[in-house]
Amino acid sequence: MISYDIVIIGGGPAGLAAAVSARQNGVRSILILERDKELGGILNQCIHNGFGLHTFHEELTGPEYAARFIDQTEKLKIEYKLNTMVLDISPEKTVTAMNRADGLFEIQAKAVILAMGCRERSRGALNIPGYRPAGIFSAGTAQRLVNMEGYLPGRTVVILGSGDIGLIMARRMTLEGAEVKVVAELMPYSGGLNRNIVQCLDDYDIPLKLSHTVIDIKGRERVEGVTIAEVDKNGKTIPGTEEDYPCDTLLLSVGLIPENELSRQMGIKISPITSGPEVNESLETSVEGVFACGNVLHVHDLVDFVSQEAATAGKRAAEYVRSSSEKRNTRGSGASDGYPVPVKAKGGVRYTVPMSITPSRMEEKQTVRFRVGNIYKNCYVSVYLNEYRIQHRKRQILAPGEMEEVSLNREQLLQYPDLKEITVKIEEA
Amino acid sequence: MNKINLICIQCPMGCPLTVTIDEGIVTNVCGNTCKRGEIYARKEVTDPTRIVTSTVRVTGGDTPVVSVKTRTDIPKGKIFDCMRALKDVSVSAPVHIGDVVVSDIAETGVDMIATKNAL
Repeated sequence: MISYDIVIIGGGPAGLAAAVSARQNGVRSILILERDKELGGILNQCIHNGFGLHTFHEELTGPEYAARFIDQTEKLKIEYKLNTMVLDISPEKTVTAMNRADGLFEIQAKAVILAMGCRERSRGALNIPGYRPAGIFSAGTAQRLVNMEGYLPGRTVVILGSGDIGLIMARRMTLEGAEVKVVAELMPYSGGLNRNIVQCLDDYDIPLKLSHTVIDIKGRERVEGVTIAEVDKNGKTIPGTEEDYPCDTLLLSVGLIPENELSRQMGIKISPITSGPEVNESLETSVEGVFACGNVLHVHDLVDFVSQEAATAGKRAAEYVRSSSEKRNTRGSGASDGYPVPVKAKGGVRYTVPMSITPSRMEEKQTVRFRVGNIYKNCYVSVYLNEYRIQHRKRQILAPGEMEEVSLNREQLLQYPDLKEITVKIEEA
Repeated sequence: MNKINLICIQCPMGCPLTVTIDEGIVTNVCGNTCKRGEIYARKEVTDPTRIVTSTVRVTGGDTPVVSVKTRTDIPKGKIFDCMRALKDVSVSAPVHIGDVVVSDIAETGVDMIATKNAL
């Protein structure tokens, strides 16, 4: 069987940044497995600008951002296989994959980095009545058709959901000559970035209807129109608010779900909130030596943060490979190696990544990323060690659409006696 | 005198801004929480610009289209002129990132450049 020190599942932004980081941290034997015909992942279809402000301090398009990492991957001579589908990863880290050139094959890895990304929630998950006519696409599918295949999937369009991809596609379809009639959002706030609402909807006079949803799809062969109605605060439609929109296309931008079939299959513990693996300070999952980063771990808004997170995963995987010849202390033993302290999300914080931290193993500064469950104005983001508050930072606004972070200091955690839990929470002013 | 309402995009706050214009000159900005909001509002009502991204056809390459962008931002009012100018553009492979696809697009003085390789 072929063997590699690190096998990375997925050659998108997370997989590439993890590979580059692992190589820079001294690992020579790395293999990236990518199911598409090219590296770069979803960035290849995100032709709009706005990527890389944090990483490169300039505004790049998706393909340009991807190219920066692909170039590094090539320069560092990191191996990759394209058109390759991973079918299974055993808990012993035997990766089963297949492609047309090699057929079905197995690879033994010392460490695995999961970087499979996410996929879009589909119509089936929404319970919209009506037939199943042609003309219903996820926003990302439409994005691929327009930006990579060169097809315009419709002429008159209604978009359900105000996620960023939906907003971006409202502008893109308009520029290509389609008429986008309305964007309907079930929640009373948008799931997308403000910047996108202004530059993709307001610029083109496309109305955004908050607390509205699609309640009917008309047409048998092809979409002929949709009915949109207002919903109350329980999500129930308000009778009398129905409006018909004739259209030939309905785009869905209703959420992203981390793609964790492989992780589940190998018995990795998955968080019910993020739908991604539960990870510790090293971004290591519940299976030792298996790391996760990027949208497979939790859905990000900015690729820059994916790259940062993946670089951490790559570095930690490299350290794991280096130390795997030595005998590692088992986790949770309370030995001199330390023990994992749970990171708890409370008071408006929906989740944190990581979900546990072993202070002795953390970096000097540990970033903890999180999302809030509602819009909070003039509040504080607080961090507690047991009952003791160590951070209390004023924030003018927190919104579910924007990922937040706090930074923890290693020395501070190590010095705290009998640390049992770390809590991140939102506190009212 | 003319009042224009904007949403600030400088940070997640999204302050609702009201800009007062008198004979083409900004006389007042209100609704902003910080200085950045005022700077944004002044630029947005006097000289709004955007980077335009799109695709053009490729012949003889490994993909049917290649993505492009204006090298720098162009006046917002020129966006659709820019799209019309791109409508029938076709390039032949190979195309490399940074190659000029259309120079001086829609008389903006800005080049349209490739953002992806098509080999």
